[in-house]
Amino acid sequence: MTALLQVEDLTVEFPTEDGVLPAVRGVSYEVGRGESVGIVGESGSGKSVTSLAVMGLLPRNARVSGSVRLLGEELLGRTDAELSKIRGRTVAMIFQDPLTSLNPVHTVGAQIAEAVLAHRDVPRQVAMRRATELLEIVGIPFPALRAKNYPHELSGGMRQRIVIAIAMANDPELIIADEPTTALDVTVQAQVLEALEAARRETGASLVLITHDLGVIAGHTDRVNVMYAGKLVETGTVDGIFYRPRMPYTLGLLSSLPRIDESGRQRLTPITGSPPSLLTLPAGCPFVPRCPRAESICSTTEPPLLPAGPGHFAACHFHDSVTSFPAPETPASVAPRPSDPILSVRGLVKHFPVRSRGVLRRRIGDVHAVCDVSFDILTHETLGLVGESGCGKTTTGRVLLNLEPATAGSVHFQRRDLVPLSRARMRPLRKDLQIVFQDPYASLDPRMTVNEIIAEPLRIHGRYGSDGRAQVRSLLKTVGLDVEHGNRYAHEFSGGQRQRIGIARALALRPRVLVLDEPVSALDVSIQAGVVNLLEDLQDELGLSYLFISHDLSVVRHIADRVAVMYLGRIVETAPVDELFLRAAHPYTQALISAIPVPDPHKERARERIILTGDVPSPVAPPSGCRFRTRCPKFPTLTDKEQRLCISDVPALVDHGEGHRTACHYAEALTLI
Amino acid sequence: MRRLLAAIPVLIVASFLSYALVALSGDPLEPLKLRNPPAPQRTIDLETERLGLDDNIVVRYGHWLGGVLHGDFGESVQSTYDIGANLTRATTVTLRLVVVAILLALVLAVLTGVVGAVRQYSKSDYALTFTGFVFLAMPLFWVAIVLKDLAVRYNKATGTTVFFTIGETSQGYSGMSPGAKLADVAGHLVLPTLALALITYAAWSRYQRSAVLEVLNSDYVRLARAKGLPWRKVLTRHVLRTALIPLVTVTALDVAGILGGAVITETVFNWNGLGRMLLTGVARADTDAVASWLLLAGLVVIVCNLIADALYAVLDPRIRHE
Amino acid sequence: MSEAVRERSQAELVLRRFLRHRAAVTSLVTLLVVTLFAFAGPLLWRYDYADITDDLSQSPSLRHPFGTDLIGHDTFAQVMRGTQQSVKIALAIALIGTVFGALWGAIAGLYRGKLDFLMMRLVDVILTLPSIAVAAAVAAQGVGRSQWWAIAFVLGALTWPYVSRVVRGVVLSLREQEFIESARALGAGNARIILRHLLPNALGTIIVTATLTIATGILGEAALSFLGVGVQAPDTSLGLLVSINKDAVNTRPWLFYFPGLFIILIALTINFIGDGLRDAFDPKQTRVRR
Repeated sequence: MTALLQVEDLTVEFPTEDGVLPAVRGVSYEVGRGESVGIVGESGSGKSVTSLAVMGLLPRNARVSGSVRLLGEELLGRTDAELSKIRGRTVAMIFQDPLTSLNPVHTVGAQIAEAVLAHRDVPRQVAMRRATELLEIVGIPFPALRAKNYPHELSGGMRQRIVIAIAMANDPELIIADEPTTALDVTVQAQVLEALEAARRETGASLVLITHDLGVIAGHTDRVNVMYAGKLVETGTVDGIFYRPRMPYTLGLLSSLPRIDESGRQRLTPITGSPPSLLTLPAGCPFVPRCPRAESICSTTEPPLLPAGPGHFAACHFHDSVTSFPAPETPASVAPRPSDPILSVRGLVKHFPVRSRGVLRRRIGDVHAVCDVSFDILTHETLGLVGESGCGKTTTGRVLLNLEPATAGSVHFQRRDLVPLSRARMRPLRKDLQIVFQDPYASLDPRMTVNEIIAEPLRIHGRYGSDGRAQVRSLLKTVGLDVEHGNRYAHEFSGGQRQRIGIARALALRPRVLVLDEPVSALDVSIQAGVVNLLEDLQDELGLSYLFISHDLSVVRHIADRVAVMYLGRIVETAPVDELFLRAAHPYTQALISAIPVPDPHKERARERIILTGDVPSPVAPPSGCRFRTRCPKFPTLTDKEQRLCISDVPALVDHGEGHRTACHYAEALTLI
Repeated sequence: MRRLLAAIPVLIVASFLSYALVALSGDPLEPLKLRNPPAPQRTIDLETERLGLDDNIVVRYGHWLGGVLHGDFGESVQSTYDIGANLTRATTVTLRLVVVAILLALVLAVLTGVVGAVRQYSKSDYALTFTGFVFLAMPLFWVAIVLKDLAVRYNKATGTTVFFTIGETSQGYSGMSPGAKLADVAGHLVLPTLALALITYAAWSRYQRSAVLEVLNSDYVRLARAKGLPWRKVLTRHVLRTALIPLVTVTALDVAGILGGAVITETVFNWNGLGRMLLTGVARADTDAVASWLLLAGLVVIVCNLIADALYAVLDPRIRHE
Repeated sequence: MSEAVRERSQAELVLRRFLRHRAAVTSLVTLLVVTLFAFAGPLLWRYDYADITDDLSQSPSLRHPFGTDLIGHDTFAQVMRGTQQSVKIALAIALIGTVFGALWGAIAGLYRGKLDFLMMRLVDVILTLPSIAVAAAVAAQGVGRSQWWAIAFVLGALTWPYVSRVVRGVVLSLREQEFIESARALGAGNARIILRHLLPNALGTIIVTATLTIATGILGEAALSFLGVGVQAPDTSLGLLVSINKDAVNTRPWLFYFPGLFIILIALTINFIGDGLRDAFDPKQTRVRR
């Protein structure tokens, strides 16, 4: 029997101003019927381009060659009109960003019905009925009602499920999902992956799942293709790839991942450097500059995919001898950790006014972004502040530094309350309290050189004296950047390097507390590990205290000493890191932990999963009592009397010993990893 | 509704500013005073009295505005000149020109913008872009005169009157049958609207092109194609339906400019519309007439913007719900 | 990536991208030639714009490349003078409009809130009225009427609202950028944020807008002169030349077409230069290169 999809020697090139960019360089793979194939790779590895080529959806200037056969029939070279008969009927596709994937001016029902009508000659009402059915299958409550909504009225998770409904509208043979959950929060990711599985069950379709998230791959695919620099570098069964990787890049990826199922303070193994520019690819293996095993043959000959086991191929000259990626040295000794608070937050509240449009701009309500938040940051410790988007964690960080005035509460640093301080009064304290932002592209002024950027804090505080240049050079060295690159502009650096520049700038004034606002979220996994290690080293060397704000629980488990979990403006649980991950007692924390995919196929498939229903309520009108009760998996199991307590009383943070505090009336520890 | 409330003070301030500017920048009695032999002092006093020139500017403005609210547009320097009646008549004439020119310009802008975007970087795109740039660089009156000259030459060469080049209607218009009247008005509209539309469409076309390009590169168009919709359907249902919305706002914003353009066009083609009324008023330093004119123009612009807002809300569900 | 990185300063990058825009470069050269012609030409040419020669109503010849008018003015000399005056007026309009508009827009965008609301309503007020009509109403009678600077002042006063809207938009979007936030977190004061961060980043847009304003200025002057309230004889401008010769379009077309073509040439080249600058400054292009 022939495979459903056969891609052979696929090459895609884009002409650019700086030369021809080879985005995909001779990729071959197959997808069998009913099979689920994962494609992993970092940004720019060509994984998305490969599947857009299958769909015939590449930009017009792309040059495609090779062969793509679907059910034995060649697709390359067909006209757009011919391909449009296949798209949506035999092959359907799901894209990354649900917020932009739906047309804002048509109702979602109409957009699903449109997919039905594109391939079937049925009356409109029939198509609309089918749309409602599909909404039901992907788990959207009140489907008939929701079908009449416009996209902007629905949450991101709902919209992605609608895109899935569109994909399954015509019972396709193959669904290609391109980073379908990357833009979503973990608990929503779990919902969407569930919907995707439902779609597969319903249609029996094969799946190509493109993602950079190895945990998702581990849980949802049968075979895995690893891509690097436009090429397939390793392919095999999911077990083969995860337990017996044979290509140094795959090994590196797996070992660079912080894992939620491993306790922290073990150093991550970063892959040094960054992916090569496809415009200036070296002659040999493109991984050579980053590969610890590279020998002379590697720089002259690019290895083809070589057999490395049953159904397993790896593009490495030394695939039969590569078994591990050398781990970096663990620092000799970790300094003792004193435990007096350096920063105390008490009863912090932040409301943003919601104003009416028009002249009067009356205040018509408040966004309750941060609500009665209290915590301490101890000297030389890392407090992880976790939660999903919109939970108020970023606002907490900004209010903490007085970048945004607090509505109420206090922040004590060195026996002074920061909240009432004016901007001028705050200025001398900024030396001690610094911040690193999430987006390494937006947080550096594009019109300044790196030297100027790092020198700026020194100049502001009058510390850029005769040794200013030397200080800047030593900061560059500290964060692992080439001193010679100081007079370049930020846009000439990669994401990881830019984040290092941001860290160097924050360190310039020798601060004592550093707020790290999602510092590694925008980075590729292989780069992430290096930055995380750098942050850990800096903490040990300089005795820094970190507030590490993140939605990524795996990184937090790795780096934090203590963790606070936020939901809708409130802290619902706080505990030392291992205690929290092993004995989470708040239902929300439990759901979060269970939703994080583990990059280990056996473990991942055996895990019990708590899937939250619904979406986060609006922070303008949060639910009374416990804010989590509307989505709480425990709430429906309670008696009426018990429920009444959840509705009427805000649960206080209650200490269960060892600093483990939970804000739930019915807290109960659970082990989920 | 809120927008309407915000518009009223804007309009009042605008009308006061224009009233003050006109009143302060010239003396309407200058011709009388400089006349040879000089006009008797009594005549000058009487005129000063009639036009209220002795009062300070705020009082004069208040007096005029109060009158306007009751349908009285004030006293003209030429005592027999009825500002209100002239304004009404001139508006009906000029509105024809403005409305038809806007419609024509919209059609041109959408066609060229869409073709330019869909065939980005093709020869036709470059040609359309260049043509647009040329029209953007042309003075309106120059285009109008060239068109008029070409029409005159054509008429002469063929010995017919295919194109009307003078006035908004032919002589003897009042005696025509309704059908003939319509044909006459339409005939006189051709050249002036063409001139005005050519100058106007170019900027809109650039705008439309980039709006279509943005939609063409959007994720939802990619998804529409991934559904298997034929290209033509993608273009009409997804690209055009969304990319046309912003043009509504752009059009409304340019209404003031088009009214100004109408003044120039009318001058070239000898129309007796708002253009002549304004220029006559300006020449006579006729404060009340010019201020009434500007008030009307401001009102038209604001009404157009309000209509645009309403239309936008109808077309774009994201606005509708706010 | 480090190998692929070449060192380039920001100005170099802008220049490099501008030079790649062929239409813009051609336009720049053309515009320079035209300006040189207008300002240096009169020193070399045998006639002054006010000279009255014995050649009446002559069509273009070697002696009078652009012909002569009814009373014997040499059109070539007049076009040179007209271009001079028009360019002068347009530059003045752009200067007034840009400086005032940029300040106005920047202040509104920086302070936001009520001040911004009021400042922008004033902008609305001016944009509500057809500017050519207001200019006509004011320029016809005003102080120093028909002086070139008075015309520039009136048109400049009607141009700045457009500039202020653009600049306000840029400032509003810039101040939301994380790098402004991070400067504040470092303890930077307002002055530093404005001078070191906002201004350099907004400069591109301001330059582009200023450029395009020159083209609007040329056309605005021409329109005013056509309505009879711009530059007055015996002085001349391109607009006035076209306007007084509009009835000659049929009989002595050279009188009408030459000055008209100069207006178009200047406005067209400036628009192309503006387009080229916009592409060159576009930060999106700086971003993709990794």
